[in-house]
Amino acid sequence: MADVNLKSIRKTYDKTEVVHGVDLDINSGEFMVFVGPSGCGKSTLLRMIAGLEEITEGEISIGGEVVNNIIAAERGVAMVFQSYALYPHMTVFDNMAFALKQSKTPKDEIQERVTEAAKVLQIETLFERLPKQLSGGQRQRVAIGRAIVRDPKVFLFDEPLSNLDAALRVQTRIEIAKLHSQLTATMIYVTHDQVEAMTLADRIVVLNNGVIEQVGTPIELYNSPKNQFVAEFIGSPKMNIIDLEGEQKSSLMNIQAPNQSTKIGIRPEHFCVASKGSSKLQGTVRHIENLGEHLLCYINLGKDYEITAKLDVGSEINVDEVIQLDWQKSHEHFFNSSGISID
Amino acid sequence: MEFVSTPKRTKAMKKLSFSSLFAQLLLLLFVIVWIAPSFGLLISSLRDKDVLAISGWWTSFINTEVNEIHRTLGMDSQYEENGYYYIEDNLFGEDKPKKISSFGITSKDINAYSVGDVATFKDQSEITVDENGNYSWKSESEFTKKKGKRIFISATSPPSFTLDNYKEVLFKEGLGQAFINTFAVALPSTLIPLIICSFFAYALTWMNFFGRDLLLATVIASLVVPLQMCLIPILSIYNDFGALFGVSSKSYPGIWMAHTGFGLASTTFLLWNFLKTLPKEMMEAAKVDGATHYDTFRRIVVPLSIPAFASIFILQFLWVWNDLLVGLVFLDKNPSEIILTAKLKELLGSRGENWEILTTGAFISMSVPLFIFFSLQKYFIRGLVAGSVKG
Repeated sequence: MADVNLKSIRKTYDKTEVVHGVDLDINSGEFMVFVGPSGCGKSTLLRMIAGLEEITEGEISIGGEVVNNIIAAERGVAMVFQSYALYPHMTVFDNMAFALKQSKTPKDEIQERVTEAAKVLQIETLFERLPKQLSGGQRQRVAIGRAIVRDPKVFLFDEPLSNLDAALRVQTRIEIAKLHSQLTATMIYVTHDQVEAMTLADRIVVLNNGVIEQVGTPIELYNSPKNQFVAEFIGSPKMNIIDLEGEQKSSLMNIQAPNQSTKIGIRPEHFCVASKGSSKLQGTVRHIENLGEHLLCYINLGKDYEITAKLDVGSEINVDEVIQLDWQKSHEHFFNSSGISID
Repeated sequence: MEFVSTPKRTKAMKKLSFSSLFAQLLLLLFVIVWIAPSFGLLISSLRDKDVLAISGWWTSFINTEVNEIHRTLGMDSQYEENGYYYIEDNLFGEDKPKKISSFGITSKDINAYSVGDVATFKDQSEITVDENGNYSWKSESEFTKKKGKRIFISATSPPSFTLDNYKEVLFKEGLGQAFINTFAVALPSTLIPLIICSFFAYALTWMNFFGRDLLLATVIASLVVPLQMCLIPILSIYNDFGALFGVSSKSYPGIWMAHTGFGLASTTFLLWNFLKTLPKEMMEAAKVDGATHYDTFRRIVVPLSIPAFASIFILQFLWVWNDLLVGLVFLDKNPSEIILTAKLKELLGSRGENWEILTTGAFISMSVPLFIFFSLQKYFIRGLVAGSVKG
C-alpha cells in the first residue's frame, strides 16, 4: 500500500518530448487507469514509474520516497506485461519464484508465497508446466501470479488483456477487479480499451499527446468531460459533436447555447425519437444496424456530416427518411472554439 | 469410379509442381554429392592397400576374380599307400581360402582344368584340385624333387575389409598424436571465444553504454578483415614477446589466442543476432524481478541461448579443426605440436603414392566434424523460445 506521486514528469527521446509535464497523485490502494490513443505516452509513463525508463525531468515518488534513482527491483513495484514476458525455460513455479529467489528468500517462504498466490489465481495445478504448455489465459494468470508473489506496494499493468480473445478478456477483467478488492494494493493499469477503463478504474487518467486531459472517476468523465477530446474518447459509440454555426446549424432547433459555445455534444444513447415541432434535431437516416437490444442509426445532417444515435428497437424509422430527434437538457455538452467544456 | 479419384490426382500433381520437383532434385543432388565421396573415402580406407591401388572402391562389394600361382609341397611330405605315392595339402596353406573355379599346370594355359578334373604332368603323375584348395598329387614312382610343382588357379575372392590401414596411420605414421594435438588446439580455441563473446554480445544487445553502436560497427567491420593480413604482425608480436620472456613464440596458448582473435568478430556478430531476438519485455520482467545484468545473463539468457551456442560452437570448431594456415604459422612441426591438417599435408608429400594412408588419414580428420554435426544437429532447432511471448 503506497501512494504514487508524479511531479511535472517529462520524457524526451532524442530531443523529441513525448511526455510534457505530467502531475498526478495516485492514492494508496487506488485502481488508476491510464487511457488514451496509441502514442499518447501512457505506457511511457507507466514504464517510468516501473523504473524501466529514465525520467528526463520531474520527480516520481512511491510511498513518499522519491524513486528517480532507485532501480526497478527496489521500488516495490511489480509489472504485468502485455506479452506475459514469462521465462520460457522455467516452469510455472520457477517463473513465479524467480523474484523471490533473486532476493534470497528462504525456500520455505518461497514455497508458501508461491502456493498462496497460485491459490488466488487457481493455477496450483500448473506448477510443473512450461509456459509453452499453457493457454493464453493461463499464461497471463501466471504473469499476474508472478507479480502477486512479490507482494508489491504498487501493481503496474501494461495492457495485460490485449493479447487475449474477447471472452477471456471479460473474464480476466473481472478477475483483476476481484484481485484488487482482495489485495488492496495500489494498481496502475494502462489500456487503450475504454471499456476496461470504465469497468476497472477508481479513477481514470485520460492522456493525449503526452499531457493529461482529465483525471476523474469514470462517471465524472462520462457526465462532465472537461473538453471535447475526453468527451469523444469516453463512451462508445463516441459522442456526436455538432457545430452550432455553419451548415450543420440548420439541422438544429430550439437550442439554448451558453455564450462562446461553438459546438454541442450529445451522446448517441441520449437521443430519443420525437415528433416534428418538439424536436431539437432533424436529419436523414442513412443506415440502421439492429443490435437486438437497440438500433444504431447513422443519420446525415446536411450534406455529409454523420451522427450516430442509439434508439429503442421499437422506434419506427426507415432508411432515407427524415427523422426528428430530442434529448434531455441535462445531457447537452457545450464546447468553445478551442474544445473546452462550457457549463 | 475413375472420376471420383480425379481431385486426388490433381492434388498429387499440385504437390509435384515444377519448383518443388526442382527443389527435391536439387536436394537429391546435394545428398549424392555429399555422401558419395565421404562414403568412398570410408570404404577405401578400409580396403587392403594392394587392392586399393588397382581398383575403385565401388568394386569392393562384389566378388573379385583373381589369378594366383601356388606351389605344391616337395618330396619331403610324400607318403606311400597301395603302391602309389601321394602328396596332399591345401594350396592356400595358412591364407584365407578362396573359391577356386579352374586351375592349370602350365603358364601357357592356366585355366586348362576345372576343379575336380585330373591333370597329368609330363612324368605321368596326376593331380586334382578341389574348390577349397585341397589338392591330391598321385604318382606311381617316388617323388624325387625337393621343390613342388607350380599350380595356376583362377579363384573368386569375397569382399574383405581391414582395419590395418588405421592401425598403421594412427600409430606408425603419427596421425594419432596429430589428432590429439588438433583437439588440444580446437577445443580451447572454440570455447574461449564463445565465453568471451557471449558476455560481449549480451552487453551489445541489452546494456546501454556510451559508444555501443560504434563498438558494434567495429565488430561488423572487422568481419571483412582478411585473416592473412594479420598473420605476420601477430607472429612478429609473438616473437618479440617470446624473446622478452625467453619462451617459444610458437605454443598452444599462442594459437588459442590467435584463433580466439580471429573468431571474435563472427562469433560476436552471430550471437548478437540471436540475442536481439529474445523478447525485450522478458528482459524487463527480469529487471523488475530484481535480476542484475549478470543474473539475467546467467539465469535467462544463457539457458535460452543453448541452441545458438551449439550452432556457433559447431561453426567455430569446424573452422579451427579444418584450419591449416593458422596452425602452420603459430605451431611448430614437431610431433607434439603438429596438427592434423599439417600432418596430412606432410604425408601427401612423403607418402603421396600410398593411397591407403591418405584415404585413412583424410577419413580420420573428417570423422570429428561428422560426429559433431550429427550429434549436435538437434540444437539447430530453435524451439526453445516458443511460449515466452504470444506468437
